[in-house]
Amino acid sequence: MSAAPDPATADPAAADPATAAGALALGDDALVLSHRLAEWTGHAPVLEEEVALANIALDLLGQARTLLSLVGDEDELAFLREERAFRNVQLVEQPNGDFAQTIARQLYFSVYQELLYGQLAAGGEAAPLAPLAAKAVKEVAYHRDHAEQWTLRLGDGTETSHARMRAGLDALWRYTGELFRPVEGLAVDWAGLEAAWLETVGGVLERATLTLPEGPRATGWSAGGGREGVHTEPFGRMLAEMQHLHRSHPGASW
Amino acid sequence: MVTDTPADTPPDTALEERLRELAGSVPDPELPMLTLAELGVVRGVRRTGAAAVEVELTPTYTGCPAVESMAEDIERVLRERGGMAEVRVRRVLAPAWTTDDITPEGRRKLAEAGIAPPRTTRPSGPVPVTLSTRRAGPAAPETDLRCPHCGSAETELLSPFSSTACKALRRCTACREPFDHFKELT
Repeated sequence: MSAAPDPATADPAAADPATAAGALALGDDALVLSHRLAEWTGHAPVLEEEVALANIALDLLGQARTLLSLVGDEDELAFLREERAFRNVQLVEQPNGDFAQTIARQLYFSVYQELLYGQLAAGGEAAPLAPLAAKAVKEVAYHRDHAEQWTLRLGDGTETSHARMRAGLDALWRYTGELFRPVEGLAVDWAGLEAAWLETVGGVLERATLTLPEGPRATGWSAGGGREGVHTEPFGRMLAEMQHLHRSHPGASW
Repeated sequence: MVTDTPADTPPDTALEERLRELAGSVPDPELPMLTLAELGVVRGVRRTGAAAVEVELTPTYTGCPAVESMAEDIERVLRERGGMAEVRVRRVLAPAWTTDDITPEGRRKLAEAGIAPPRTTRPSGPVPVTLSTRRAGPAAPETDLRCPHCGSAETELLSPFSSTACKALRRCTACREPFDHFKELT
């Protein structure tokens, strides 16, 4: 929010258009999920979870800042874009629901992000997004572990916790097909990514006495379109809250 | 990035060494018992002119909010005590920082301050990071992770997330005290 370059994100390498498109998609995923998780602050079931979700949100915010800075001014991108200009998948913008639904979203997304960053990191340091991916993949391993542990506790817990975990997984299933649509600028084996994702998520659910939901993910009626700027109805309200302060006080700093 | 020292600036390794010491002596804003050198986050200090210097700083976690404050502190100390007119702090991500970059002295200070230092992985070769289920009974005692209060190796994980991004919350089952553990990132 100041004229001087921010040492936290300043990077001499401006991205080429294809890399910028990839960075924008991944940066928006991280930014939007970070904001959703931050909404738990003050509402989480126990203090340790409050701290855990805020920490995960902070990691994601750091990733978002790095990625968006490859595209342009991070504040302008976060706070002054309209809904249709965001390129995040629809999964991350879905409302938190109950705690089980938040955990379902975390499981689906953190497994995806860990596999995706893993592939990008393997591209070697010359690949523009590899340094960030190599660093962030280690942080995301902790996010995935957190989601996995809670899925096991809730799924293999009480009748109520099992039912809620089941409901959360079912509610978000139709948003998971979009995760594997190729994104411009990202050198990723999408089919391999999807197969690995299904195997990992399926394995966790099996141990949690659950199964992969049924229903369409990528064919027939399913959700998607976030990468093209088409978003679901709750996203507008989320953006209104997220952008309100910045738009009301342009250029403010403290 | 390669920045050649301009031809009109004679190399002065003693000065550069002094600047490196100054930058490294800045205390971490969230773990003030540690210096940035002990934390292992100052990657390089290079003069780019007679009174100009560039510092490479790497974050512990991508979202670590302390990086900005570290950069400001480095700028201040190199201006005020290093005599530099121009200080540029650049954030670098590769190679990614690991907890093995914390010096032995840094580990000692962490333990002294009641924070269990991260276990090292480098000397004993690659260590598989197991993040699988923990719910099947108590974990085996981890002899190289000890309660910073009573020294017992009988500790348990309460949450892999704690007061800052880099710490986990554990409890000693011998003295019952909770404590922070600077969790491994390798």
